[in-house]
Amino acid sequence: MLSIKNLTASINGTLVLKGIDLEIKAGEIHAIMGPNGSGKSTLGKVLAGHPAYEVTGGEVLFEGRDLFSLAADERARAGLFMGFQHPIEVPGVSNASFLRLAYNKKAEAEGRDELDPLEFDDFIHEKIKLVAMREEFLDRSLNEGFSGGEKKRNEILQMAVLEPKLAILDELDSGLDIDALRVLGDAVNRLQRADRALLIITHFPRILETIQPHHVHVLSGGRILKSAGKELALELEERGYDWVLEASAAGGAR
Amino acid sequence: MSSTFNVVTSQEYKYGFVTDIEADSAAPGLSEDTIRFISAKKGEPDWLLEFRLKAYRHWLTMAEPDWAKVDYTRPDFQAIVYYSAPKQKTPKYASMDEVDPELKRTFEKLGVPISEQAALAGVAVDVVFDSVSVTTTYKEKLATVGIIFCSFSEAVREHPELIKRYLGSVVPSSDNFYAALNSAVFTDGSFVFIPKGVTCPMDLSTYFRINNKDSGQFERTLIVAEEGASVSYLEGCTAPQFDTNQLHAAVVELVALDRASIKYSTVQNWYAGDKNGLGGIYNFVTKRGLCKGVASRISWTQVETGSAITWKYPSCILLGDDSIGEFYSVALTNHKQQADTGTKMVHIGRNTKSTIISKGISAGDSSNSYRGLVKVQPKAEGARNFSQCDSMLIGQACSASTFPYIEVQNRSARVEHEATTSKIGEEQLFYFQQRGIPTEEAISMIINGFCKDVFRELPMEFAVEATKLLSLKLEGSVG
Ligand SMILES: Nc1ncnc2c1ncn2[C@@H]1O[C@H](COP(=O)(O)OP(=O)(O)OP(=O)(O)O)[C@@H](O)[C@H]1O
Ligand SMILES: [Mg+2]
Repeated sequence: MLSIKNLTASINGTLVLKGIDLEIKAGEIHAIMGPNGSGKSTLGKVLAGHPAYEVTGGEVLFEGRDLFSLAADERARAGLFMGFQHPIEVPGVSNASFLRLAYNKKAEAEGRDELDPLEFDDFIHEKIKLVAMREEFLDRSLNEGFSGGEKKRNEILQMAVLEPKLAILDELDSGLDIDALRVLGDAVNRLQRADRALLIITHFPRILETIQPHHVHVLSGGRILKSAGKELALELEERGYDWVLEASAAGGAR
Repeated sequence: MSSTFNVVTSQEYKYGFVTDIEADSAAPGLSEDTIRFISAKKGEPDWLLEFRLKAYRHWLTMAEPDWAKVDYTRPDFQAIVYYSAPKQKTPKYASMDEVDPELKRTFEKLGVPISEQAALAGVAVDVVFDSVSVTTTYKEKLATVGIIFCSFSEAVREHPELIKRYLGSVVPSSDNFYAALNSAVFTDGSFVFIPKGVTCPMDLSTYFRINNKDSGQFERTLIVAEEGASVSYLEGCTAPQFDTNQLHAAVVELVALDRASIKYSTVQNWYAGDKNGLGGIYNFVTKRGLCKGVASRISWTQVETGSAITWKYPSCILLGDDSIGEFYSVALTNHKQQADTGTKMVHIGRNTKSTIISKGISAGDSSNSYRGLVKVQPKAEGARNFSQCDSMLIGQACSASTFPYIEVQNRSARVEHEATTSKIGEEQLFYFQQRGIPTEEAISMIINGFCKDVFRELPMEFAVEATKLLSLKLEGSVG
């Protein structure tokens, strides 16, 4: 589904991604962990096509297509979704109308019927159940005044509406209370299918107990230093990152 | 990929065509003779000629205002044509069939419903082409409930007593430079009179069009709502695309008696000049409403998207106790456009209330200023004002300014002012794109969200138009 080869990228002239290789197949769940500032969010935003980042080398194939030949909105319509670490607030734009426009853009691209406001109303009421969101959030301005946890819930609602092939979830778990973590973790699991894939960026193994990854990667200093199975997450929690960094410096971590 | 905004060309102005029509025009230039010529052309009574001459003589003593945050070459008042009318046999068309087909096509292209069928859509329309009103629809139907809706010239002929009573009663001919000029040379416009207790059964609408290259447009609108009457009035405007600037200096006066209500909505789309600032309309307009009676209400809603220069402050004089004044405005500037617009709310009566919601959107190299005065006079016990002035910037080269003036002379008054400035940022746009929404639609959605509080004051069709217009004006502004 996603094949990243020797990807390098910079922002404002600073090289942040220094050669990433990653292979994600349909049906797989991957987790990326790593110290603050190591480039995790950058990787997500580069894949999603954020205009501030410059891809300086490497290639990425998404379902066999050159990802970088697509504009950000085309990537989204092709099925790439990013749940943001810090979702932005947009005053005056109602959550429901934003969700409907996003849904209809994708439907249009896929040659499916667009939904009028009434049809969408029925559709969205099913979706909010999945993330246990209260109805009133649909009429509020997009993310405006939402608490940190509510914003994350809204991200997963958008994921549920768009049903992406590949979802990159950047720190979904930070800022969530225990119940919300379980609800949203379950929701993400329920959205996962054999023809879809997940890339979970997190600092904590807890969410990985609900959304169980097949592969865990350690990203540090713009490189993936170690990849292993889900047990790596717990090991990292116990031991921190230093040993991975040291092993890598010694030249043998991979 | 770059993180900077770049401003590329905007959508072509689609109303920029010129109608090839024979015109009956005065020679350029302004003198007492010009004024006598206009007055004679219109067969006006002496008192009106006197009104004009008095205004002209006063105008000669006045200086063009320079306090607004706009920068332009002063118009050459001797180069302007003060009277231009499509040639026609009779002074006014008796029915739609007589209207010059070329003129009809013009208005069809503009989407103005003057054909009989379109008029059935339910809006009564008066159309002002250069200096004269060419048609008024639905007149008879409105007359059955006592409503007068006609061109200003016609009103002077048919209802001189009303014109004499109200003309200049809200905006005196000496009020300001452009109002004085208008009072001297105004050519046509609309007159609306809603008698006591009558609610106007449909929206009334005037459509203004400047066609002649050298002509100025100086129209005059007067709306009077008697006790308990109410009316909603819409004004639209366009002009062809010329390299030179044309002057539009209108005066609009509204009078609301006891418990009367007037809602005045404008969608202004005069030609704005090209992206380098060549050509475009100078829009210097004086609009003022007098809430004369108790519990009367005047509400201005404007969507200003065109003109090279906009200088416009629709205001309310809240004279009657418990009267209400409202001002809802969206002003959008792009490229080299400059707008200095806002309102004045003058609280004179007790328990008078005013609301100001202003949304300024600047893109390109444009400059967009809100200038507003809230004045509470000593006797305005319990007066209340709420003002909200928000600015949104698109790109790096534009500017937005807010100049709120507050003068309170009564201690019981409550005046609140809130202002914000925001930017359509890369992060917001990226968020939309990441959800599959293309940039143009993202901008349009963000802008409409920003303007929501104003758009919901507009009549339905106008709101839809306004939404489309803003998107069109901003097309390609962010890339
Ligand atoms: N606009 C910018 N200008 C300069 N440097 C930037 C910019 N944005 C991000 N960076 C730098 O890029 C590096 C990677 O940031 P990124 O957000 O990808 O880290 P992260 O791994 O997601 O960290 P965290 O765990 O704290 O979320 C950091 O050193 C950050 O300071
Ligand atoms: Mg991060």
